[in-house]
Formats: sequence, structure tokens, C-alpha cells
Amino acid sequence: MTSPIDIEGGGTSVVVDGEQEPKTKPEEAKQLEGRSPGQLMWIRFKRDRTGVICAWVVLFYFTVSLLAPLIAKLYGKNPYTLYGVDPQHADAHPVLDDFGLPLGYFGGVSGDHWFGVEPQFGRDVFTMLLYGMRTSLYMALGVTVLLVVTGVIVGLIGGYFGGRTDYFLGRVTDFFLSFPQQLFFIAFMPVVTAFFVDPREETPTYFRALAILIVLWLLGWMPISRLVRSTVLSLREREFVEAAKVAGASPWRIVRKELLPNVVSPILIQFTYQLPSTILTIAFLSFAGVGFVEPTPDWGRMFATGADVAEQDPAFMFFPGVALVIFVLCFNLLGDSVRDALDPKSGR
Amino acid sequence: MVQFILRRTVGALVTLFLIGAATFFLFVAAPSDYASLACGKDCSPQRLEEIREALGLNLPIAQQFWDFMSGIVTGRDFPDGHCPAPCLGESFYSGDFVWSTIKDRFPLTLSLTVGAAVVFLVIGLGTGMLSAYKRGSVVDKTATGASMVLSSFQIYFLGPIALLIFVYSTGWMEDPHYVPITEDPVGWLIGLSLPMIVMATIFTAQYTRMARSSLIEQLAEEHVRTAKAKGMSQKYVFFRYAWRGSLIPIVTVFGIDLSSLLGGAVVTELTFSLQGIGRLAVDGAVNKDLPLTMGVMLVGAFAILLLNILTDITYAWIDPRIRLS
Repeated sequence: MTSPIDIEGGGTSVVVDGEQEPKTKPEEAKQLEGRSPGQLMWIRFKRDRTGVICAWVVLFYFTVSLLAPLIAKLYGKNPYTLYGVDPQHADAHPVLDDFGLPLGYFGGVSGDHWFGVEPQFGRDVFTMLLYGMRTSLYMALGVTVLLVVTGVIVGLIGGYFGGRTDYFLGRVTDFFLSFPQQLFFIAFMPVVTAFFVDPREETPTYFRALAILIVLWLLGWMPISRLVRSTVLSLREREFVEAAKVAGASPWRIVRKELLPNVVSPILIQFTYQLPSTILTIAFLSFAGVGFVEPTPDWGRMFATGADVAEQDPAFMFFPGVALVIFVLCFNLLGDSVRDALDPKSGR
Repeated sequence: MVQFILRRTVGALVTLFLIGAATFFLFVAAPSDYASLACGKDCSPQRLEEIREALGLNLPIAQQFWDFMSGIVTGRDFPDGHCPAPCLGESFYSGDFVWSTIKDRFPLTLSLTVGAAVVFLVIGLGTGMLSAYKRGSVVDKTATGASMVLSSFQIYFLGPIALLIFVYSTGWMEDPHYVPITEDPVGWLIGLSLPMIVMATIFTAQYTRMARSSLIEQLAEEHVRTAKAKGMSQKYVFFRYAWRGSLIPIVTVFGIDLSSLLGGAVVTELTFSLQGIGRLAVDGAVNKDLPLTMGVMLVGAFAILLLNILTDITYAWIDPRIRLS
């Protein structure tokens, strides 16, 4: 009983029940080759040239930032050494002038420092960016996974059980949605950090990371929960779910075998849109001065420094900025391609 | 209609109360003793007790919360004077009344938000309409591509670039600053134009895309085709039928976006070093200043809730079929 079904607001999805796929195209019909929805999606995705290129770019970013320590080692610099202040380096190869500004052109770009050096301290921009990307990307990945899991659980429970449970969960969702998000992020970062560390002591980096995780998680799961709820709500009344109920399937089995496969596409689409926006939120926190602090290399913090020195050394921001624009652009395009592949009916 | 507004208002008040409670108890629950922070390292127990008393920190937490919340309605008396309603308490850090601080700073944030919203709605919807009208043309492709690229920029990257071009290197404009609109409307516009435009740029792209796809969908509708078929003018059909219908999803998204709009204003303020509500939030958070944080959160939430209700009323105005229920 496999059938492509159309869900209001939740996009199209296909029920997977292990049986033959009737959706094969006429020219493929003579081979009578069965294809799973996943395969069909993959074929559609591969045809989309923009999507494939963007997927490679995104993959490149993740690989490069995962290999940051290795690349930094080969390159012979690290993001913590103050090349402009440390006498060991500054005496032999001065990178900053008397005003703390990079020597040479374009923020001190040279064979030694490919992307230039940071004003005042003379840290290497290339490795700062690599490590900063690593911090941001993998933090965001963790946060997004957590958000999606929470959203799916809350949405499934609300949508499937309906009634009072749904009403209650709906009000909780509304409540969290009415928080002024960015203000809340700013205001609660120090508070949440204070839960772990005495405010008079130095906060270890990974407690800060944990605090960011908690704050973003608290105020981030609602859109996904809403999406899943509305999808499940319309699925719940469909014949195949009813059939499963009549056949005596347990709620857990219905959720797992009948409902979940149908919400995978909307979730996946949401995921590809959520990830870059989480990265930007983390960057925003560091930019506002409540996220990661000195000396942790972080993408957002580079913009805070960049904004401070923009008048004297505008080149400092060039590489982090361009890297961010390319990354976000590609991720957004990838999101569109993923949506087109998973949900061919929705036109743009 | 009246019933709808009443019900929504009650709902909003309850939400505000809950947000206040959540903010308050989270802040209090965190083991950050403001008194000892304010007192510094060499603090005698006696001095500590004095500070606690002055700030009302020695009272039970429920009492403190009640004092704060009731103060919003009735006003409160502090040792250094009466704080008239709506009283959001006295800043731990500066000792000023929070409400008057916010009253000073909020107009800036509001100006930024409204100004940017006007810019991006006009430009975004205009470009989107043009794109949809000339679908597939060079204009359409350029607009779609440009909006895609522009939406990938961030305020904290675009802001310094704009400053560099228009302020630092050419000197065409002064550093962005705020002049109250009531004093000098022209100065207000000139002072904030750069931040407004930078903030609007980020949002424009999204609305261009949305307006375009929504209009294309509407143009394919049966009633639009019928109107064309019976010989109505292109222009009339476009504006009277298609455009109006395409506004509904845009208003929906605008309503959902309000909180990120406020967020955008906060980022813009921080980028251009303007003293608005975002700076206050950072100050409150960094100094562990509970009344200030409470005030900022409540005013922010209030603005969002109010605008949400207005959005819902706008719906009914655009599409009379939607009942306010």
C-alpha cells in the first residue's frame, strides 16, 4: 500500500512499507525496476547542478574545519600565538607596526600569513578562521540535532495524542515563541554560565559551549515542533494509520512505522535551513560579547574584532566575512535543492 | 472584533506575567549574588548586609517578585524617591529607574525597526512584484540572484563595510547617531539612515523571494485567469486581484518575523554602537542587573505581543474571509 500522499503544509512524502514503488516513470517502466523514495530523491538531487556544487562546498567547509589542527600544523602556525607581541616571533619577523597595525598590504597578507594578521596582537587570521569555523560549525551541528530531536518528540506527542495533551503542549510552544529571542539569548548567557561556574572565576571554554547549547536549545525547538505537529495531525486521520490501529498496532508502532517515515522529509528540509541559522545565532552571541570570549577562536568573535578595527584595518574582516557569505549562500541554496528533491511538488 | 481584541489582550497579559516570572526566577536561581559582586573583594559582612538591604535582596524571593510585578501597576517607593507606575524597579548597577532608562533608549530601537521594516517592505515587495510580473526575464533573474546573495550577508559584516565606504573613507555621512524624531525629523532620518538600510538589506531578500513566489502562485489562480479572460486591464487584474491575494502569506511571515526583526535591530545597534535596547540587554546581562534585564525582557515581549495582535487584525482587513476567532 505504498502511495505518494500529499500533506497539507507538511509537504509531500511517501509511505515506506517495503512494497513496490508504483511511481516509476513510463520510460523506466519496461525495466520494472523498483526504486525506494530515498533513491528517487537521490536521483532528483543529483540532477540539480547548483545543489550538487553547493553540497561539495558545504562538505569542504566541514572537512576543512574538522581537519583544522592538522592543517594548522602543516601550515606551521596556530591561532593562539601572538605573532606580533611574542618577542620570540616579533623580533625576527615583525608583523605589526608601532601602532599595532599589520605591516604590508591588505592586513598583512604574506607567504607566512596567508590571510594576514590580527591588529594589536598579530595572531594569524588563517588559523583563527579555521579554528573559529570548527567551533561554530560543530557547535551548531550539536545544537541543531538537539533542536530537531526535541521538536520531533514534542510535535509527535502533541499531534498524535491530540486533545488536552496537544492543547497543553501548544500553549507551552506559544509561550516560548513569545520570548524576544535575541534579547533572551543575550540576557541569559551569563545567567546560565553562572549555574556552572562561580561568576568570580574564569569560565572554562566548554562550560561556555554548554551554556550556549542550553540557551539555544531552550528557545529553538518550537518551529520544528509546530511543523511536525501539523504534519502528524493531518496524517493521523488517514486511512493507513486507521488501518494500523484497527489491525491492533500499538501507539509506539504506529508512531515509529507509520508516522515517522512520513515526517522525515519535512524534518530534513527544516534541518538544512536550521543549521546555517544556528551558526549565525552562535556567531551573533559571540559578536554581542556574551558567547565565546578571548582567546577561544570563533567566527562571530572575529566580526566583533573586525567591527572594532574596521576604520584602521578593514582587511581583517575580509576573509572571515567572505567565508561566511559563501558558506551561508551555499547552505541556503543546498536547502532549496534538498527541498526540491524531497518535495518535487512544491514549486518555487 | 472587540471580543477578539479582549481575549488576545488577556492572553498577552498572562504571557507577559509568565515571561516575567521565568526571567525573574531563572535569574534568582542562578547562584550569582549581586550584592557580593557589587561589594568587591574586600567586603565586610556588615557592608554586604547593607547592600542587600538597600537592594531589597534580603526579602524572600516571592516577596521580591511580587513587589516587582505589583510595582508595574501601582508604582513603588524607594529610599531615594518614588517610582511612578509603570515602575520596573531600580537598576542595581546605576541606581536609575529602569523605566526611565528604557523610555530613553527604546525609541531608538523602535525607529530602527520601523524604519528598516518600511524600507525592506517597499523595496522587497516592489522587487518581488516586478520579478513576478516579468517572470523569466533578465530583470527577474538579476533580482532573484541578487536577493539570494544579499540574504547571505550578515548585519555585522555589512555594517562595518557600509561604515567604511560612507563614513570612514569618503566622509559622505556622519557616524550614525540618534536624534529624537519629535525634535528633528530630518536629522532623525539622516542619522539613522545607514543602520536602517543595512538592516533592511538583510531582510529585503527574503521578502523579495516570498513576494515573487506568492504572486506567481496567485497569477495562476482561476479567478485571475477569469478576470483576464473577460477583458479587464492587465494592471487592474494585477493589483486588484493577484497582489491582494499574495499579501496573506507575506503578512503571516511578517508576523512570525517580528521577534527576529527586534533581534535584527539589536544586532544593528551593537554593530553601529548605538545606545538602544540591545545595548541595555547586554549591560544588564554582563552586570547581572536583574531589574534592568527584567525591564528589557518585558518591554521587548510587550512590543512583540502587541504587534502580533495588530498583525492578526491586519489579516482580517486584507482577507475578510478570515474570521478573527
